Amino acid sequence: MKVIELHRSVTESNDRDAAELREQLKEKKVFLINLMSSAGSGKTTLLSRTITDLKDQVRIAVLEADIDASVDAERIEALGARSIQVHTDGMCHMDAGMTKAGLEEMGLEEIDLAFLENVGNLICPAEFDTGAAKNVMILSVPEGDDKPLKYPLMFQTSDALVITKTDALPYFDFDMEKAVERAKYLNPGIRIFPVSAKTGEGMEEWEKWLLEETAAWNGNV
Amino acid sequence: MHELGIVTHVAKTLDELAEENHITKIGSVTLEIGEVSGILYEYFTDCWNYFKVRHPILKEAELKIEIIPAVTYCEDCRGTYETITYGKICPHCGSEHTYLLQGNECSIKEIEAETDDIQENT
Repeated sequence: MKVIELHRSVTESNDRDAAELREQLKEKKVFLINLMSSAGSGKTTLLSRTITDLKDQVRIAVLEADIDASVDAERIEALGARSIQVHTDGMCHMDAGMTKAGLEEMGLEEIDLAFLENVGNLICPAEFDTGAAKNVMILSVPEGDDKPLKYPLMFQTSDALVITKTDALPYFDFDMEKAVERAKYLNPGIRIFPVSAKTGEGMEEWEKWLLEETAAWNGNV
Repeated sequence: MHELGIVTHVAKTLDELAEENHITKIGSVTLEIGEVSGILYEYFTDCWNYFKVRHPILKEAELKIEIIPAVTYCEDCRGTYETITYGKICPHCGSEHTYLLQGNECSIKEIEAETDDIQENT
């Protein structure tokens, strides 16, 4: 037996795949968002409303990584966006290889904006680069304003935070100011969008950001 | 259970390495894991034992884990301190302008392996 010294990060091969995928997406003019959240945070509802509002302005596609979710995929298709189910083989997160395979199966032509619905938890998806242009995290009001303290890495790796179900604020002990302060403490540059996909409150700001970022990435500014 | 995901990434890296270096058998794998990397060593070992018997090249590989202590650096007083005890706030001067120096690692340090030398010489 001989000793081979490596000193190689476990995520190194994934990071390499992710960088390659990002380059490919830039070339194909597809703005990919990695959407991360807990299960039940209102991810599909937020996406449904966003697709309904924006489908005449950008061509949208959704990659669903939820383990049980053919229902979600049907909901998305019914709204007029392209959708595909990605199998994570029981894994708790999407990595760049799985994302690439899903995108290739779906086809990258005629897509401006693609959402990757990552597996519903706040730990593992934060550790693996998917190749997305931006990471967006969803935190719903019922989950509580202390989530940034419990899952710091998720908040640090996200470019934007969407706080969903703001229509439920009167019924929960959720301090919006504290949640914003805690998120900004972990990540000063994070964009924060409090929204209610139910009433439509705050959706305009979020959608404006999406359109601007899509245009910037796809070189249409 | 994100430990299993990490084990599969370790295996993928080792597969690549085995091909490049004509490795026929891996005797041990030494990992460096930071104290605040979020990896639970016990779970990781369980996942490893589950995975390795299903993976020819790792069948007899022993897992060795070296733990790297978490240390935070303070930008204001330029001191360092133990992250786990004090967290984000510097215990020397009370500053919040601190960052993690080490302790977030998850890397493969080295492996012990047998190689196919005949192929290597040609």
